[in-house]
Amino acid sequence: MQVNGEQVTLDKAVSVADYLEQHGYRAERVAVELDGAIVPRDKRADVMLGDQSVMEIVQFVQGG
Amino acid sequence: MIPNPVTEESVAATPLPPQPAVTNPVGTAAPVPEVVDKPLNLGGHEFESRFILGSGRYDLNLIKATVEHAGTQIVTMALRRAQTTENSVLDYIPEGITLLPNTSGARNAEEAVRIARLAREVCHTDFVKVEIEHETKYLLPDNAETIRATEMLAKEGFVVMPYMFPDPIAARQLEEAGAAAVMPLGSLIGSNMGLRMRDFIRIIIDNANVPVIIDAGIGRPSQACDAMEMGADAVMAYTAVASAGNIPLMARAFKDAIAAGRAAYLAGLGKVTEGQAVPSSPTTGYLH
Repeated sequence: MQVNGEQVTLDKAVSVADYLEQHGYRAERVAVELDGAIVPRDKRADVMLGDQSVMEIVQFVQGG
Repeated sequence: MIPNPVTEESVAATPLPPQPAVTNPVGTAAPVPEVVDKPLNLGGHEFESRFILGSGRYDLNLIKATVEHAGTQIVTMALRRAQTTENSVLDYIPEGITLLPNTSGARNAEEAVRIARLAREVCHTDFVKVEIEHETKYLLPDNAETIRATEMLAKEGFVVMPYMFPDPIAARQLEEAGAAAVMPLGSLIGSNMGLRMRDFIRIIIDNANVPVIIDAGIGRPSQACDAMEMGADAVMAYTAVASAGNIPLMARAFKDAIAAGRAAYLAGLGKVTEGQAVPSSPTTGYLH
């Protein structure tokens, strides 16, 4: 699958919430878009990632 | 009204502090007229501060002091792909500050809407500064796409604050599209060149039904003061503060300049007599 523009291989099926936790993202500080649609916070544990998924994980940075 | 936990002193919006009593020869105090300012209203949210601040390009640990010295209640930020190792700017913004995500990086209305929705998912704010640019040399905002994005986002309930090229016709169209304010640029973003577009900004101010916030290019406190004297409702600064030698002190200087300009606007500026002196002392009783 693709995460933030890079190819990632999943060892096993994981949910969005699992992926964030396993890769050290701060769940409360990011938004997740999967295949073009936002995955709301309360759905992250239910939505599973697939081999063809395209995920964007974004956060705020300093800016004007 | 959103409280400002940062500072008790406000920028221009609070009533003037008690003035020292002026006594006339018979000993009675002369009244000092007082003008009570209205809060800045953005989509039904009220703010005492008229200074919007960018969130950095400097040490994250300086943000709190800078925000406090600026007396600001609104801080902007950008949305980017997350790095797990990165500190979150949100950890450094004081409590009670309204976050204003921008859509920088968007090249058209659809991308701006996408970024705005993601930003809302991160911080549950409805505020968004629409910023749509195509190139990096001038970073000029695309007014046509910005109008389209404003309409789409306003329909979704966002408080839309579009960054725009100061075209008075586009300003009107942004209002009609549902903008909560318009944010015309003073000059090229990040340039510190000042209020180069002043004649067109003046037309926008004279005809606006929503707040006009001067965004981009304001490089000095005097220029922010100038904009406020013209009747701008607020000023946004980022580079001018971020590139200063002493960042919190420059934030304080901008705060004071914006307050001074606002007070001057409320007071009503005196008439300019171009090329013609007006005597300020009596023209009779000369000793010759």
